[in-house]
Amino acid sequence: MAKVSLRVVALTYLLFLLVLPVAVICWRTFANGFGPFWDALTAPSAVHAFQVTLQVAIPAVIANTIFGVGVAILLVRHRFVGRKVLSALIDLPLAVSPVVVGLALILVYGRFAPIGGWFADRGIDIIFAIPGMILATIFVSLPLVVRAIAPVLEEIGIEQEQAAWTLGATSWQAFRRVTIPAIRWALAYGMVLALARCLGEYGAVAVVSGNLVDQTQTLTLFVQERFGNFDAQSAYAASFALAVIAVATLLLIQLLRPKEGTR
Amino acid sequence: MIYLSLIVLIPLAAVVWRSGQDGWSGFWGSVTAPEASSALKLTLVVSVMVALINLVMGTLIAWVLVRDSFPGKRVVEMLIDLPFALPTIVAGLVLLSLYGPNSPLHVDLAYSRAGVLVALLFVTLPFVVRTVQPVLLELDPQMEEAAASLGAGSFTTFRAIILPSLLPAMLSGTALAFARSISEFGATVLISGNLPFQTQVAAVNIAGQIESDNTTGAAAVSTVLLMVALVALMLLSLLQRWGARRG
Repeated sequence: MAKVSLRVVALTYLLFLLVLPVAVICWRTFANGFGPFWDALTAPSAVHAFQVTLQVAIPAVIANTIFGVGVAILLVRHRFVGRKVLSALIDLPLAVSPVVVGLALILVYGRFAPIGGWFADRGIDIIFAIPGMILATIFVSLPLVVRAIAPVLEEIGIEQEQAAWTLGATSWQAFRRVTIPAIRWALAYGMVLALARCLGEYGAVAVVSGNLVDQTQTLTLFVQERFGNFDAQSAYAASFALAVIAVATLLLIQLLRPKEGTR
Repeated sequence: MIYLSLIVLIPLAAVVWRSGQDGWSGFWGSVTAPEASSALKLTLVVSVMVALINLVMGTLIAWVLVRDSFPGKRVVEMLIDLPFALPTIVAGLVLLSLYGPNSPLHVDLAYSRAGVLVALLFVTLPFVVRTVQPVLLELDPQMEEAAASLGAGSFTTFRAIILPSLLPAMLSGTALAFARSISEFGATVLISGNLPFQTQVAAVNIAGQIESDNTTGAAAVSTVLLMVALVALMLLSLLQRWGARRG
């Protein structure tokens, strides 16, 4: 009896907090049929927002993958002074508010700041332009790849790489042939997580981008701007698209997770 | 390390440095400015509430997911992670469409503190569930059976057998949820309506100050948020060490 009532409490909580809101969004998106949804999604500014989102997310994921593999190897395979500190710093972005991230980047890379000014003199704008948004996205998704592959690296140990070395492989060959295949599922898992985070980032990008319509507007900013301008149909349509991406991510993660365990 | 400092460390240091630009009194003035201080207070109060609700509900949900079985459990299992995958602005919109004006349930929480609370509950839902679940999975039911056979009621069993081993995980999940909810921006910006002194949380206050070019004030409020987050993180690592010692 107690078991059933616990189940009811848990499921009711989830229903009202999670299931119903998402269902309402789907319902609102398609309230006027499929046509308006498609029109809203293929409107020029929506398409442009989607392109900007990809322009920001893809470089950020690539940068984080390279950095993530490097740092994970450093953290797992090497013992050095400040290793604990580095490990703690990696997690820092998870605790920093996205808005603070935006402010921080403006203070350093803005036009009137030392580093940003140096770039501005050479005609490169960072803040209120794509590079700043990429930086912001890298910041918020920094720990994901590292945390996904570090435990796997720890587990596989170093013997296979050593065997490769004794057989005459260079360290690059050993890395490419032995390490990468061993961590590939964990790496894919981390990259999917990072990609989802990059596509969905709002706060940091909102501050850094200046939200210039048709220039630096990402899909999440598009949702907010449309909603603010009482164009609910577009906002719902874009939200729905983002939600579909989120669900696809979840499914991918579910697929990738068990394979990690069997390796 | 250079990469890390260019992207994370130098910018964050710049925020702290900027907040101290006008000296201690300037910093204190910005933080205690009526709007900023009420935003900070609201953020802290709501986040503590969010953390406590998560502590109870998260543990309960984890319990149901581990010990109970019912049709559709796998779907529920997947749904738990949805708030992580859903962009926060979409989360805000989603909640506003159910609990906002012209809500199908006739519950209008838009532009109220309750709305902020619900939005934060939404985005922090997975933390406690996901930290408690693995610990609960490894817990040996034999201990509980032994306790029950010795005449312990289900409440006593829970308090004396289950709770002690679960507590570190519960608390660290709660700390994570707390850290997340003090920093949340996207989900709260739509539903709160950004009314100063009423529903404006600290992150939204910072964004407003940046927009009105009051960078120093924004930096001061940001620094306070950073400090609170750091304290939460430190507590978290202490808890993890405590949990590891017990395990």
